Parts: sequence; C-alpha cells; structure tokens
Amino acid sequence: MRVTFPHMGTMSFAMQALLENLRLQVVPPPPITNRTLMLGAKYSPECVCLPFKVNIGNFIEAIELGADTVVMGGGIGPCRFGYYAELQQEILQDLGMRVNMIVLEPPQGANGGLWSRISKLSVGQSLWHVAAASYFAWHLCKGLDGVLQSLDLLRARETVPGSCDRIWNAAQKSIGQARTYRALRRAEKEIRHEIATLSLHLHKRPLRIGLVGEIYMLLEPKVNLHLAERLGYLGVEVHRSMSVSDWVARHLVPNPRARMHTRKVHEAAKPYLRGFVGGHGLETIGESVLFAEGGIDGIIQVLPLTCMPEIVAQSLLPSISQRYGVPIITLVLDEHAGEAGLQTRLEAFVDMVGARRVHRGGGVSCAK
Amino acid sequence: MIVGVPRALLYYVYYPLWRRFFAELGVGCILSPPTNEAIMNSGARAVVDEACAPVKIAMGHVLALAPEVDYVLVPRFVSVEPRTYICPKLMGLPDMIRQSGQKTPPLLAPDIDMSKGYFGLARALMDTSRCLEKGLWSTVRSFHHSLAEMRRIKHKLIAGQTPEEAFHGTSRRRKPGRRLRIAVLGHPYNVYDPLLSMNIVDRLRAQGIDVITAEMLPLEHISLGLSQLRKKLFWSLSKMVLGAGLYFVNHAAEVDGIILLSSFGCGLESLVADLLERHARRQEFPFMQLTVDEHSGEAGLITRLEAFVETVEGRILNARNLSPHGDHEFRHAGTP
Repeated sequence: MRVTFPHMGTMSFAMQALLENLRLQVVPPPPITNRTLMLGAKYSPECVCLPFKVNIGNFIEAIELGADTVVMGGGIGPCRFGYYAELQQEILQDLGMRVNMIVLEPPQGANGGLWSRISKLSVGQSLWHVAAASYFAWHLCKGLDGVLQSLDLLRARETVPGSCDRIWNAAQKSIGQARTYRALRRAEKEIRHEIATLSLHLHKRPLRIGLVGEIYMLLEPKVNLHLAERLGYLGVEVHRSMSVSDWVARHLVPNPRARMHTRKVHEAAKPYLRGFVGGHGLETIGESVLFAEGGIDGIIQVLPLTCMPEIVAQSLLPSISQRYGVPIITLVLDEHAGEAGLQTRLEAFVDMVGARRVHRGGGVSCAK
Repeated sequence: MIVGVPRALLYYVYYPLWRRFFAELGVGCILSPPTNEAIMNSGARAVVDEACAPVKIAMGHVLALAPEVDYVLVPRFVSVEPRTYICPKLMGLPDMIRQSGQKTPPLLAPDIDMSKGYFGLARALMDTSRCLEKGLWSTVRSFHHSLAEMRRIKHKLIAGQTPEEAFHGTSRRRKPGRRLRIAVLGHPYNVYDPLLSMNIVDRLRAQGIDVITAEMLPLEHISLGLSQLRKKLFWSLSKMVLGAGLYFVNHAAEVDGIILLSSFGCGLESLVADLLERHARRQEFPFMQLTVDEHSGEAGLITRLEAFVETVEGRILNARNLSPHGDHEFRHAGTP
C-alpha cells in the first residue's frame, strides 16, 4: 500500500509524519505547481471551489508517482468539502486510475465507522501506537505553526530581506522531517535560536493586518500566492486567524482553551450573523470583530471563488468595517488568479491603511 | 398587520403553507410580483457580486415589498429534515439582508432548524407567534391546517402542475405532449423563476413536449434514485435534484432526456451536476446542463434547447440505425 494525501499548508508535514510513523509507505504529492492547478482544473467540475481542484491535481500527480491509496478528509455539511471525496473518487475512477480512497470523517456521514477506516491504515498496530503517532504529528504541526506565526510577525522587521524565508525553508527541512521527539526537540531548538538571533529593525512599528477567510486559502501558501510573505515584504505584520494546529485543537481534541476561544469568536459574531453557515463563515465574522476590537490596522478576507459560507461573511464584513472604522478587503482567488493583479491590490490596500495611520497621528487604535 | 412574502427562493416550495398559516392567524399576506428586470437589477445592486442570482433576486423581491408591508417573511432555513441542510447562503440570508444597508421593513425570520429532529420546528413557531403577537395555541392550530394544505398541493404537483399553477390554480387543460418527455431538474427557485429560467417549462410545453420536474415526482422515486449513492447527501435541495436525476437515468423509459438548470456559482450544483452527468454518461443517457445568471441571454438558451430536443428526437427516431458500438455512421431515415 503506497499512501498519499492532499496538501494543505503545514498539515502536509504532520500527515506525512503520522503515516510514516504508522510504518506505511508514503508517497507525498509533489509540491503544488502550475501543472497541479492545470490538471485539477481540467478534470474537476468548472464551478467547484479551488481546494477541490488542487486536491485532484495533488492526487493525480501522486498517483503518477505510484500511490495507490489516498487519505482524504470528509464532513457532514453544509460546506461542500463534506462531499469532496465522493466526487473525487468518481473523477479518478473515470480517469481510469485504480486508487483506493480512505475518507476520514465524522461517523454520521457514512455507512462505515471512522475506526474501521483508520484501521485500514493501521494494520497490525495497536490503538496505543496510532494514538502516539497522532500525538507526535500534532506536536510537529504545532512546532511548524509556531515558527510560521513568528515569521509572519517578524518578516516586516527583517534587515536582510529573505532571511525569514531562509529560516522557514530550514524549518521545513528540520522540523518537518523529524520523526522522533528527540529530533523534533533538537530541530525546534535550532530554529528558535535562529529566530532569536535574526537581525531586526527594532525601532520599526509595522502596520498590523489580520488575515481571515476560508481555511485552505488561508493556509496553503502556493494557492494564496504567498499572501503572508507578500504582505511581510510590504512591511506588514501578519496575524492569521487560524493555523492547522488551531483547527485541530478546536475541532478534534478536547482542548478547553481552544473551546473558550471558539465560544468567544461565536459570541463576537452574534450581532452580525445569527448562527453558523457552514465552513468558517461564522469564524470569519467573529475573528474580524475580535481583530477590529484589538485595534488592528486592516483586515484581508481571502476565499476561493464560489465559496458559499465566505460569500455570506463577505456581505456582512462592510458592517464591521463601518462599525469599527477598520478597512477590509476581500480577495477572491481561483486557478486564474494572477500574481501581478494581487500584488497591485495588496500594495494599494497597504498604502491606504498606512495613510490612515499617519492621519490619525500615529495612533494604532482604529475605533471611530 | 400585513406580512409580505417574497416570490423567491423557497416560496416555490412552501408558499401554500405560509399562505394558509397567515390566513388562519388572521394576518394579511401579500406576495411580490413575478420576477422582472427591475426586481433583479435592484437586488443585484444591493448584494455582493459573488452571491448567486437567486439570492440577488430574493433581495430584489424584499425591496419591492418594502413600501407596502409591516413585515417581510424571510425565514432562516437551516434544515428541513434531520441531518441535512439547505444551503449556506440561505442560512445567512436574513443577516445578509439586514446588513445590506438597504431600507427594508423588519424581517420575520424564524430559524427553521430540524437538523437535530423535528422539535426545531416548535421553536420556529414560538418565535413567529411572539413576533406577530398571536397566541401559541392558534399558531399551532394554523400550522396544523397549513400542513394539510401542503399535502393537497403535493397531489397537484404529482399530477404534473408546476408550483405556480398549483399554488394559484392557473393551470389550463393541456393536451399531453406528443413529441417527447423531458425532465427539467434544478433547484425550484431556478426552474420556476420566470426571468431566471426564461420560462423554460412553458417553452418546452409549447413545443409539444411533456415536462416533468423533481417536484412532480413521488418521494419514493427520489429515494430510490438516492439509494445508489455511497454517501448520503446532506443538502435537501440537491437530494431532490440528484435523486430524481439518478431515478430517471436508471429508468430510461420514464423520460427521454434530462436538462439540469443551475445558477452560476451554485456551490451545491457544482458537485451534484457533475455527479449526475457522470452517471448519465455511463448509461449513455441524454443530459444537458444549462447555467444561468442575471446576464443570461435568451437566444443562447433557445439555441441550446432546440439542439438538445433535436438530438433527443433523432436518437429516438434513428436508434435502430445507430450501431451500439460506434462502427457505423449515422444513417438518415429514407436513404437506402
């Protein structure tokens, strides 16, 4: 059995570590390139959202490298993601690719239980071993997300352009490839040391911009055209509303702190949106309110074209913008998104946000 | 007190229920006019570009009702059966209307959520009666009557009337279509909206074609179609479309072809249409998907409809002359 999985930011590293620690033969999909997007767009339905298309591209490229089993997530609606795997199976089947898809999803959605699906992946391993491997994968993911978060904040202050990117590449190699706690701890220590010794413009007070929106577009840098890096080079401190390990903590493990945060977000969204609308629509609204209340300089919402929950959120964001006097821009991306167009819009937005700060006499508060 | 009902979205499913419900409660109820250009344009201006055409039309209807009514009925439809949902955009619709910055009358927007069982309905009823300042008992009684009305309407639909005909009793005696029988599938607010669908049902009927839609199919047939799926669908609207589609594909004697009418950017249909198309292709069943939005041109639609009808007709007339494995070219009837 040669197992593959779809890319999604730092989740790819955690997934690879998990599957390898289960002593499976893993064929990670090649990094997302234009070819991946092209393959995905060619074989997917025209109007489906971008993550679906990228998944299809990942699967096809991994199958070309010899994968015969795909591990995919699932759900029970109302976001489209819950039904991705069903159609993806049909597409791969119609393409004549013999592949076995293992869909990990909450038990209500499917006929087979979740455990029976996991046990397909963990033949001959004890429940304890599966739990330990998952726990390690979570630690690895948390480590990478921590580095990513620090770099998002520091890139605006680096004195040597590109030094943050260099650290991130090193982190992907060292933390991402660690398979034991010992290796992970050593790698994390090294990377922490590098971050601590990074030469920075300490006097600089960069603009602060929050990123909200659809989770896949938020977390997969190849698909959002390296949005966080671009903003960093424009001299902006980037605050992402979500990371892969946050998502895991909020949804999969009983983590009281994460649950508290979720409750806070829902509470903040209440005046604008009455209930959940699938996907992360409610979170987008709630996080935007929290960002605005925290005095952020600007908010960027990013979503794939035709994303249903985010369209609801998009139509409510102007109210938040008005209420708190914080600029909000919405970026709708799909496989046709051009880098130059995105760069221009970002530059214009950052300039505008910067000008607002100057005219307020340098105060960071954005309340009206 | 007057409540306005927008002639949009789930009006095409639940209007008889609301009409009877308000009549029993003694609340006046008026309906917005059939969708026209002005309604669509005012709606499109008030909603974000990315929203789908049905949502823009619904906004237009709300704005059209605004000067005449005390309340507009825009229920927040979350779910109408256990473990399924309607559509994220409909779940956010009342909030989208409230935050649109337009002048609208107060919304009568009960949460209709039966995803965890039918008790969700009780809460929706309580909310409505509180909002209309009516007693709980009369609310429950009116609701009971309106459910009976829904059953009566379902019989009319199964007899082949479109929802508009069944709701308003405007159905005329028609000769049964001689030419063909075609299924027009899609969300009811796409298929029956006169502007968005460009009257596709009447257009086909005028050509002597019998039209059947998912709403005209008994529910047993729909669940028969759905039984082919590995994973249960979690959207009620798509269950109707896909269930009916799969039923027709596997009971080829029922209809001669399927037309799927979807609105551009519909998230549900993007998956479901493709799934249905794949099933139809495997069974070599005639299938066409039409995508419409607020910019659709009539000429394009007519051309595609004509081409589809002729293809389906040609298939029936010349089926015997077509080799099942594609060895021989199409031979005209009459040539030796």
